[in-house]
Order: sequence, then C-alpha cells, then structure tokens
Amino acid sequence: MAEGTIQNKDEFLNRIAGKLGRKKAEPVTLPEWKHQPQWEVFKNSAPDDLLAAFCKSSKAKSAFVIQTEVANLETAMKDAIDKYGGGLIVTTKDGRFEEFGLEPLLADSKTHVWDADLGKRNIEIAKQANIGVIFSDISLAESGTIVQFNDKDIARSVSLLPVTYIAIVPQSTIVPRMTQATHRVHQAVAAGKGISTCINFISGPSNSADIEMDIVIGVHGPVEAVHIVVTDK
Amino acid sequence: MPMKIGEKPFFGRVDDALENNFMRTAMASAQDRLRGRKLDATVRDEQIGDWEEWRSAGEEIRRHTLENLDYYLEQLSENFSRKGGHVYFADTAEDATRYIQEVAKKKGAKKITKAKSMVTEEIGLNEALEEIGCEVFETDLAEYILQIDDHDRPSHIVVPSLHKNKEQIRDTFRDKAGYTGTEEPRELTAFARSQLREVFLQADIGITGCNFAVAESGTVSLVTNEGNANMVTTYPDTQISVMGMERLVPTWKELDVMVNLLSRSAVGQKITTYITNLTPQLTEDSVDAPKEFHLVILDAGRSNALGTEFQSALHCIRCAACVNVCPVYRQIGGHAYGSIYQGPIGAVLTPILGGYEEYGELPFASSLCAACTEACPVRIPLHEQLIRHRENYAAQKGRTGERLAMKAFGIGASTPALFQGAVKGLPAIMKPLAEDEGISSGPGPLKLWTAVRDFPAPGNGNFRSWFKNHKQEGDS
Ligand code: SF4
Repeated sequence: MAEGTIQNKDEFLNRIAGKLGRKKAEPVTLPEWKHQPQWEVFKNSAPDDLLAAFCKSSKAKSAFVIQTEVANLETAMKDAIDKYGGGLIVTTKDGRFEEFGLEPLLADSKTHVWDADLGKRNIEIAKQANIGVIFSDISLAESGTIVQFNDKDIARSVSLLPVTYIAIVPQSTIVPRMTQATHRVHQAVAAGKGISTCINFISGPSNSADIEMDIVIGVHGPVEAVHIVVTDK
Repeated sequence: MPMKIGEKPFFGRVDDALENNFMRTAMASAQDRLRGRKLDATVRDEQIGDWEEWRSAGEEIRRHTLENLDYYLEQLSENFSRKGGHVYFADTAEDATRYIQEVAKKKGAKKITKAKSMVTEEIGLNEALEEIGCEVFETDLAEYILQIDDHDRPSHIVVPSLHKNKEQIRDTFRDKAGYTGTEEPRELTAFARSQLREVFLQADIGITGCNFAVAESGTVSLVTNEGNANMVTTYPDTQISVMGMERLVPTWKELDVMVNLLSRSAVGQKITTYITNLTPQLTEDSVDAPKEFHLVILDAGRSNALGTEFQSALHCIRCAACVNVCPVYRQIGGHAYGSIYQGPIGAVLTPILGGYEEYGELPFASSLCAACTEACPVRIPLHEQLIRHRENYAAQKGRTGERLAMKAFGIGASTPALFQGAVKGLPAIMKPLAEDEGISSGPGPLKLWTAVRDFPAPGNGNFRSWFKNHKQEGDS
C-alpha cells in the first residue's frame, strides 16, 4: 500500500468538538470500566472444562468435532478428509503442519500448500479445492470459534473458498472467550507492534436465516466445517 | 436509495401496510422468532452471567466513546492512514457518494460487490455508482433478494427482506434471474451462492459498512454470518468501508464487549459466524487482500444529536432488538415508517438525521410501552426520546401541529390537556413491559397506540378496522 491520506478532518472534527462544548479534541485516558462481566465467563475453569466447552460450542455452530492426540492426528486427518469427500486440498503455509507430524498431508499430490510466489494462481486452486486445512491461533471455548491471523502465508482464502474447512485446534490455544483474544491483540497494539491485516474469528460453516428465519447452512463461505482438537498440544 | 422510503404521508403508508396481510403475519412471526432467540442468548443464558451487567458495560463504553467522539475519530483516522489507508470525512451523504464515485472512476471500476450495510443504503450509494456506469452487486442474501426484485426497500435493519416469504422470493428469482427450483430456503440460498460466486472473484471494488471501527489500531470490524463480507473484502483490489461516525470503540477490549452485545441481541448467537477485523498495512503482500483501503466516515445529520438530549441515540449498535419487541412495528411493518431505519430506533433516529419537517410524525408511531428501552443492549432510553421528539415537534408546529398530531392519532382530541399529560407524564403511569412477558397491554391515556398491543397475532383485521375508526374520529 502507498502512503495513506486523510481528507476534511479538521473542519469535521472541530465541528464535533464544538457540539461537545470544546474548541478541539482533548486527550482522553481510557477509564477503568466499572462493569466488566466478560472476565467472569469460565473464570478459573480447568483446561479440560474449556476443552469440553469448546467441543460443545463447535457442535452448536454446526462444526463436526474430532478429538485426538498428536500421535493419531495424521490418521484423524485422513479420516476427516475421506468423510468430507477427499479431492483437491489446499493448506496454509504454516510450520505447525510439520510440527504436528502432518508432512504426509503436505506431500500428497492432491494437496496444494499456499505459496505467495505463485500469485493469483493460488486463488484459482483454492476455488477448485474441496477442503481447506488451517491451524487455529486462538480458540474460544464459549462459542466454538477459531481465530486466524491472516497474512501472505496464512491466506484468507484457505478457510473461505473450499466447500469444507478443517481447522486443527491445539488444546493449548483454547481460551474462555473473545475477551482473552482481543486482549492479546490490544496488548500487541499497545506495545506498538503491527497487527495482521485480517484477524478473522470463524465459528463453523457460513449460514443465513434471511429467508423466513430458517437457518440454512452453507452460503458464500464453506458449507461444512471440521474442528480437530489435539488434546496433548 | 436514500434514507426515505416512498412518497406517501405516514398515514397512507400505515393504510397500505394494514392492507398487506401476508406482510403482517410475516412480521409477527419473525419478531417472535428473533425475540425468542435473543432471550435464549441473553437473559436465559446462564453462562454469561448477569445480562444486566453486560448492558451496563455496553452503556458505559458507548457513553464514554460518544462523549469523546472527536478524540477517538482523530485517533482512528491517524492510525488508519499511518498504515496506508485513506480516510475521508464526509459531512453529507452527497460528499460521501461523490468521494466514492471518484475512487471508482480512478480505478476504472466496472463491477462492485457490496456486503450488507444500512449506511450505504442511507446515502444512496448504489444509484450513485450506477450513475457512473458501475455494476453493483448486493451480496448479503436479504439485500440480494431486494436488489433483484427491482430494488425493493428494506423493512428491517438486520433482515432487510423480512417482509417477503419464500414463495415470493422463488417467484422473483424465477422472473428476474431464471431460477427453476422450488421455494425451499436451502435451494434458494444455493442459487444465490452460484450466481455470485464468480462475481466475487471478478469485482474491482468491494464495499462494506462497518459494525465497529477500533480507534487504537485503525481497524474495521464486520459482524456477519454468510461469508459474503469476507469475499467482498478479500478479492477486489480496492476496499471501501463506510461508517456512521459514531460506530467506533476505543480499543480491542471494548470491541469484545460490543460484539458480544450485538451478536446476541441481533440474531441470538453467542457470536456470529464471522467477526472479520480488517486493518490496512503499508507492507501488505498477500495475494488475496486489497491493495487499497478507503474509510469513509459519515456525519449526514448525526452531529445534530451531539450535545443534545438525543446524544445517546448515537449509542445505537443497530441490533434491532427494539424493533423486534415493538408492538407498533408488529402491526404496521417496516415500510410504513418511510425510512430505512424502522421501529423505535427508526422513530428516534430518522427525525434526527432528516428533520421534523419530513419525519416529525414518526415519534408518534409508538405506544410508549417502553419495551424497546428494556430490550436495548446499550440501554438507550428510547421511549423517553420519543416523548422529547413529540414535545419538540409540537412546540415547533405550534398548537395546530399539536392538534393535528393528536387528531391523527385519535389521542384525546377533545382534551388537549390529556395529551399534554400523556406526553409528559406517561412513563410514570405506564407499566413498562417486561421483555420476556411478551406483548401485552398496559393502561394509559395514549389508548390508541397502547391498544395495538391488545390484539392477538394479526391476520384477523382487528387492528385495521380499529385503526380506521380511530382515524375517522380523529379526522372529524
Ligand atoms: S436502539 Fe438499542 S435495541 Fe434498538 S437497534 Fe439500537 S442498540 Fe439495538
């Protein structure tokens, strides 16, 4: 991206300031909020309780849930891929695939690992793919949500274009709720670190209830979702 | 299309609405389902603790943000532009559309995809883009349905096509888009998916609204379910997001609270399927991300509320919880409000944005039962603001206006004092509706609108004949 611009700011903001009874904006310190119910949810819950909650919430969000250990992950992955029709697979470019013993998946001739150097060709492949495989960076027990910090390797398309997404959820990534995830982002921002251009909270397959309030699963994003929870990582 | 819907005066629109039995049945059943889902995800969800605490948290955050709106907008614009984004502060709807037209021209854009956004509806963006030769594709299912039905207008801020049943949608798809399937929602949805799939990938510009912007990082947050917003913000080279100037939070910590309130109140979900948070980056090198990112921050009358008794109307997060409990909306539907913002918040907000001259009657479209205030996740005192509007309107119009309004609504026409009392003292004498008690009656001098609540689910014509009689009384 080129340098950014701002147009018409001063006049606009001074008018607002005027309405709020001052000449121009004055520095503000964020108050300590009196009401913070968000921290009470799953407070002091044991990791296994969070795991159970994550699985339950994922199911409620129409995701198929598999629990496994690292040693059996590859088999579980194979089974899931078969169950959801096999075919062309696209994965993000993520060192964790190796770390979790999934080299065979990457080496498979039907697997495409996202490669930014190939440019738009990746999108074409992801469009044809039946399954997209990703890792969850943070996982929310309350709502069965996986979080992706997308960039050129952890591409947005992998969880978006294929018919099914399969997310690998290391148990260590499970936190109570969105509160812990946004807090982490806030800390990064406060420390002056850059954040990902797309921080995506995804909870199951896409859906809509726009026609007579009937919920239909599978609209413009994936039609199916699988969450494979790895219990010893 | 702009904020305004239709040319008829308010009572003409109410008449039309009452003629439309299907629409009224649809509204009632949709309201019941939406309200039920919301209750399951809020007061009845023990996991999140005390829902009232959450509401207080929301109120506290919104109040602080609006009180310091100038500061946080400055912070937002600095952070967004520092990372390579382009910010445009638009005083009016025309300023906003002109800027977006210019961007489209500069990009030589032909195809534009859009995610659901009431604010772009408010500024009439589609027409402005079509004017310069762009093809605009609404991609949210409800908006897509409206667009292919000759640009029908939204009747609900969360589900804009609420007034249409599946048979009507099937017929529209058949007549306008060559659909040959049944009225099954699943099949209709699959058709929309197949129609838009390629369009998403070919579009030159993607346009979204903005549920919340995060000031500390220059982020636009989108709260959605269908995956269309992700498609719209992933493939076109240029992204434009349009936000009402009040739709921001200071930091990611507040974003958490607001997203929770919105997801649960709007659609009864713990979280919507996608919470997509987009931030520009100077070094963006992803294959599937926009290369140019514009943020249009819109006033268009919102600042009329700042520093006034109506400031808290800007706390609104557009969840439609107030719409879903409103007995008047239940009977007259969305289009009768004559604004893309309907229900209690529509009756409060539309006159702020568009003035009393055109929308001064809207605040009378309420029974003042206070169910809206009780449902609101950020505790906006909606019914009190409706009363303030009525007072202002009456004062502005003088006695004649006041009488007219009273007559039109059949409110104590022979006893102006009663009207005065009604307007001023009502909250004290009306028993507010407990939200989960459903729609019931409450005594009070504003018999006309409160009586609406006494009727059973529509379809029996009671409200219609009753409304007619009262209107005649008022006219006499
Ligand atoms: S006024 Fe309150 S209840 Fe109504 S839409 Fe806005 S936030 Fe929701």
